[in-house]
Amino acid sequence: MADLQLKNIYKIYDGNVTAVSDFNLDIEDKEFIILVGPSGCGKSTTLRMIAGLEEISKGELYIGGQLMNDIEPKDRDIAMVFQNYALYPHMTVYDNMAFGLKLRKVPKDIIKEKVQEAARILDIEHLLDRKPAALSGGQRQRVALGRAIVREPKVFLMDEPLSNLDAKLRVQMRTEINKLHKKLNTTFLYVTHDQTEALTMGTRIVVMKDGVIQQVDSPQVLYSKPCNVFVAGFIGSPQMNFSDAKIDKRADGTYIVLAGGGEVKLTEAKAQQLEASGFTGTDVIMGIRPENIHDEDVFLANSPDSILDANVIVTEPMGAETYLFLKIGETQFNARVNPRTTAKPGDNIKIAFDVSKIHLFDKETEKTIIN
Amino acid sequence: MKKSIYRLYTFLVYFFLYAPIIVLIVYSFNESSSRGKWGGFSLKWYAELFDNPTIMTSLKNTLLIALLSAVIATIIGTLAAIGIHKLKPFTKNFVMDITYLPVLNPDIVTGISLMLLFVFLSIPLGFVSLLLSHITFNIPYVILNVMPKLKQLNPNTYEAALDLGASPIYAYSKVILPEIAPGILTGFLFALTLSIDDFVVSFFTTGPGVSTLSITIYSMTRKGIKPEINALSALMFITVLILLFIVNYRSENSKKENIDEQNI
Repeated sequence: MADLQLKNIYKIYDGNVTAVSDFNLDIEDKEFIILVGPSGCGKSTTLRMIAGLEEISKGELYIGGQLMNDIEPKDRDIAMVFQNYALYPHMTVYDNMAFGLKLRKVPKDIIKEKVQEAARILDIEHLLDRKPAALSGGQRQRVALGRAIVREPKVFLMDEPLSNLDAKLRVQMRTEINKLHKKLNTTFLYVTHDQTEALTMGTRIVVMKDGVIQQVDSPQVLYSKPCNVFVAGFIGSPQMNFSDAKIDKRADGTYIVLAGGGEVKLTEAKAQQLEASGFTGTDVIMGIRPENIHDEDVFLANSPDSILDANVIVTEPMGAETYLFLKIGETQFNARVNPRTTAKPGDNIKIAFDVSKIHLFDKETEKTIIN
Repeated sequence: MKKSIYRLYTFLVYFFLYAPIIVLIVYSFNESSSRGKWGGFSLKWYAELFDNPTIMTSLKNTLLIALLSAVIATIIGTLAAIGIHKLKPFTKNFVMDITYLPVLNPDIVTGISLMLLFVFLSIPLGFVSLLLSHITFNIPYVILNVMPKLKQLNPNTYEAALDLGASPIYAYSKVILPEIAPGILTGFLFALTLSIDDFVVSFFTTGPGVSTLSITIYSMTRKGIKPEINALSALMFITVLILLFIVNYRSENSKKENIDEQNI
């Protein structure tokens, strides 16, 4: 149990390739922090620097207030869970889990007690005598978790632990890890490239791109108030729709004119927000999430200022909802609508944007103007 | 029809390969000392063999050299392989190329160059020089056997051990070593076999008074081939054959294991 401070951390390979730059993060005790980003964004490197498996090129790392830069991995009091489990094939599950304790010469009966306890939490008591080769992927991952639990570290580090599992098991293990965090009450640092995992698990999410932190926030804030185009596009599935647009201020209000054709009028509140933002240009990127594009009659009737003509290209019924792939002017949009929709491929329909949920980004800097 | 032709062909190939050795083994049991005639079954040449002090001394030398050189080469080779494995790709390939070189080098070149080196360094030719040269030609074989095992290793197992509180040395001995042990053992057996087998390098690097079995046989044949030699050759052949079987059986087994252990 400990807090972590990462201060201006850099990872530079061979003097010129920068994998992580100026990483600043304060992690409180017992937080569940997720590092998320596309592959090659430096998230794993950051985790490995915390673990002591990679040297920190520049900056300072504190765990529990103690400077860790030059401390050996074995003395950092952390436990890492790897994507490929990294179990020892020549040892039984029991010996795998007991590894960290045997090493520190913990008395045998205490080791046994702790391994049994961890095995009980993870529901792998019946597997203790087996070798890893005789286990399924999910069971191996549980053993890997167990090995980390038994060590009772200050910080758990997990590097894409669920990526090698099939979809169903992944969802199940996601919940298990969440429960584990509640039960163990320890700081968790979790790396993933999967935004769904990030949203469902973390108390705070760190979105990274090209070695730079983009935004650090709770899942809900990240989803509703992304700080730039990258975060807006990365978080959420299906992805947010983007379109180049121009701001057109007219006598009766502020309009967003889509580059591919079509225009919507901003609500009073949004227009005021835009004024207050200090943005003076006209070229923007408009973003709208699929669930904020509506085709129900009631909604259309209530939002006469944001009705657009759309051509349905494909419909994808998902059961609880239906995805519509639409063409509005020249731009493709993806809408997530009620499954009772009557839209069929080829139809020309009317849709409306929920303008209060529109995001505008500066086209040049790709930073958010209003959310 | 086709099948029987295949069988005949295979039989002929192996007959051609093994006929000389079979003849040799059969004649080692020949009562008569003349080479052309079969005088009945006898074990007397084997008995004489074990009574011959020269041969017994060479046997002792051979085994001693083989064991010592194999053990030392295995230790050096394994450490070298671990080191090479950690190199950057370019240097690694280069070092592996120079590792292959002695394997491909003709024995006689290795033998003569080692002899010249010993003379140059004023190391007296004898047991020590013999041992050193055997270690030298054995090391590449150990490296070549350990290397693939290291490549198969999941790099995270070592890192996981470090994070679980192991010192690098502890992690190597408890995590890496058990994983690459099959390769080390195969390398050791290879080294043992090659060392027992060697004649050319030994011939050039040993000195007066110290001779291995192959050298002894060679010098005995110069005075005419005695049936004792048949018996000795038969024994050597069988020893090497058994070692080879063990090596092959082991590598066959580890292949099966690897299929199971992928992705752990």
